[in-house]
Amino acid sequence: MTATSLQFKQTSEINNLARLGAERLTLKHGKTSIIENLDVSLPEGKVTAIVGPNGCGKSTLLNGLSRVHSPSSGVVLLDGKDIHSLPSKEVARRLALLPQDTLAPDGITIEELIRFGRHPHQSLLKQWAMDDQQAINYALNAADLEGLKNRLLDTLSGGQRQRAWIAMSIAQETPLLLLDEPTSALDLGHQIEVFELIRNLSRQGKTLAMVVHDLPSACRYSDHIIAMKKGEIITQGSPKEVMTKELVRELYGVECDLIPDPMTGSPILINMKRVRN
Amino acid sequence: MISWFHIPPAQRPLFSVFVSAHLVLALCCICSLLFGAGGLSLQASFQTLLGNGSADDQFTVFHLRATRTVIGLFIGLTLGIAGALMQAVARNPLAEPGLLGVSAGSSLAVAITLVLGASTATLTVGIAQFGALLGCLCVLSVARMQGQQNDPIRLVLAGAALSSLLLAVTSLLLLFDQRAADEIRFWVTGSVAGRDTDTLLSVLPSMLIAGLCILYAVKPLASLALGERVAIGLGHKPQRIRAVVIVAVALLVGGATAIAGPVAFIGLVVPFAARALVGPDIRRTLWLCLPLGPIIVISADIVSRLVAQPAEMPLGVLTAIIGAPVLLLIVRSRRMPTL
Repeated sequence: MTATSLQFKQTSEINNLARLGAERLTLKHGKTSIIENLDVSLPEGKVTAIVGPNGCGKSTLLNGLSRVHSPSSGVVLLDGKDIHSLPSKEVARRLALLPQDTLAPDGITIEELIRFGRHPHQSLLKQWAMDDQQAINYALNAADLEGLKNRLLDTLSGGQRQRAWIAMSIAQETPLLLLDEPTSALDLGHQIEVFELIRNLSRQGKTLAMVVHDLPSACRYSDHIIAMKKGEIITQGSPKEVMTKELVRELYGVECDLIPDPMTGSPILINMKRVRN
Repeated sequence: MISWFHIPPAQRPLFSVFVSAHLVLALCCICSLLFGAGGLSLQASFQTLLGNGSADDQFTVFHLRATRTVIGLFIGLTLGIAGALMQAVARNPLAEPGLLGVSAGSSLAVAITLVLGASTATLTVGIAQFGALLGCLCVLSVARMQGQQNDPIRLVLAGAALSSLLLAVTSLLLLFDQRAADEIRFWVTGSVAGRDTDTLLSVLPSMLIAGLCILYAVKPLASLALGERVAIGLGHKPQRIRAVVIVAVALLVGGATAIAGPVAFIGLVVPFAARALVGPDIRRTLWLCLPLGPIIVISADIVSRLVAQPAEMPLGVLTAIIGAPVLLLIVRSRRMPTL
């Protein structure tokens, strides 16, 4: 009894603190429920990594939180209000989204791409203003792309390209940023490049959430991990708390040992073996 | 000094391309007044243009030829822009008003009114636009029938199927009505000759509405090129944007079809040329479609007057002769341009 009420108190406290969260969220693809009755919230000012096996609903959750996927029931709360009741443009001034399926039009330069991030701040009457150019310069600087701003997007390395997309979200000047597998198609060097940018953004006070496939990276570059399986949150908390060999077996069917990174203390997976299908 | 051709299209200064295209357009318009299939010689036309012609010559140059130039200007403008919009919405460089059932709907609506007793002379613009819109709406609802998400590819497939169906119904209707078939034969090849400017005036209000729709939708439409979810993330509403653009396309295509009949391939060739000159961003492409559409239609019309003298070749036939190779060129190009 007391445990339950204590738990309830904690949840509602988190929900009050968080700028983005969901209550009893159900998301469906057609008639199939991907996520049912899920409560979740993103701790403010932190990097949250959503991990889990393929098909566990982590991308669906991110799409739900970013109002791309409308809930069948339940509610996504942005600053305490139903996200679908707010004007989409207003949401876009508080919450930026970098989806996985971005398309790069031929012949677009980095700066032109980043300009798109200013759309939520513009209207028919206010097309282009000083603050737009300032936000773009800031984004170029934050993503370390100043020297490349006139380069064509498709002539850049994968890491630079992904940083350009993130820079577009930075130019949106939102306190919240959601990223769907921001490092999926990148090699190790480019992954680190992107993760370090994400960490820097968090240090500047942004609240970030990302879907990540790679567990060690999730541990290393996030403050909070949400582990999902079959549409449910199995556990969540700081990487050191939640990352156990039992969790890895439960999520991926992989037997392993965990040792702390000698430099950072974040868990590293070694001795990995597939134990079941 | 780097040559202009070495600058990637998307980086070229839009203004200079835009201005030069207008100079070419002015040249085309003058040529359109000078050349003709009739007895009036080039020299006489030129003198008439300078104000030294007989009353007959003046009628030929300032009425007959000027009218078809204005109409060529109009349908080039509308079809070029409609094509560019449609390709941006369908995210497919092959999307043409003909593809998504717009022209087919327009044609069917015209055929039905002809069968019901109207003649091409009294044809109202609204009917063609209404038909174009119905065609668009049909194809949209077919495409959405079983989907949660609006998939552009499905849209195109549904459009192709619907187009064939509508054209089949049109043929069937005309098979049973000889008079309507005779009436429509003149209209169905597409032509800018012998149409009068009154119809043009009756189209103008709806063109103004189409213009406002474009003004509202062009920026979100450009962001749709970055991906559906990116556009949503930027606060745009893809479904609504598509709906507004579809309405604009229906107004434009219906208007052009009512005046000149279905002129094929303009909606394909013009945006293709515009993209080659200034790159794929719809905001730049649309600006260039303004002069390029009329340039292509008017020069095609001039050629159509000259190749089969003393008769004229229907404009629709000529645009198909130009358009088909362009279509093959796009399909066979190293890679399809991504929109």
